[in-house]
Amino acid sequence: MLDAQKLENAKSMSIIVTKGSLDWAYPPFILGTTAAAMDVEVTMFFTFYGLVLLKKDLNLKFTPLGNPAMEMPMMGGHMAMPNLIGMLPGVGSAAGTMMKNLIKKKGVASIEELREAAIESDIKIIGCQMTLDLFEYKREDMIDEMEIGGAATYMEKALKSDINLFI
Amino acid sequence: MADEVLNAEGLNCPLPILRAKKALKGLTAGQVLEVRATDPGSVADFAAFCNQTGNELLSSTSEGNIYKFEIKRA
Repeated sequence: MLDAQKLENAKSMSIIVTKGSLDWAYPPFILGTTAAAMDVEVTMFFTFYGLVLLKKDLNLKFTPLGNPAMEMPMMGGHMAMPNLIGMLPGVGSAAGTMMKNLIKKKGVASIEELREAAIESDIKIIGCQMTLDLFEYKREDMIDEMEIGGAATYMEKALKSDINLFI
Repeated sequence: MADEVLNAEGLNCPLPILRAKKALKGLTAGQVLEVRATDPGSVADFAAFCNQTGNELLSSTSEGNIYKFEIKRA
């Protein structure tokens, strides 16, 4: 069932995923899964803090600290959180819980759900070998679908891709 | 009229598209999927999705807060 013309027109995208907090996990997974749904061949390369997104047990954190643009909808208005309050004990995890509740309430996918969709749609998932070594992650702590590679593995894909993103 | 109906009400971007893609995979060429969504962004998104994937967007309508799309599988 080889459709030569379809193959020729096939588009591809690569994403370097460098951040692993709850809020930053969304853009790469949303774009990756949507692209795959639009018949784009997708490669996601997880490096540095992005690598935690490939742990079997996801426990993503969220912090309002150092983020002046974060405004939570509250009682009809919006509330930003000054750093001074954000750094008080318990405030960060409370904000994380609030964010997760908000995500659920608004029908936004969970990161677990999006990651599952990424796997189902055959997105190539590459974990950075150097980061595994640096932060002492074990292969068995990471999802089975993760392939291991380095910068050259990424470059080989990126050079052939129509779109390359760094998130 | 549709061969399958997908209820994507209450779901936000990109879930209606992801679910629709999955549902389309289960159909054969020429069959029609009806998607019902409440995400206003889905109007532009389903048009773009169909444009890119070659599946035909037969209709894009709305009734109240519900957006209805009929997609013919390529």
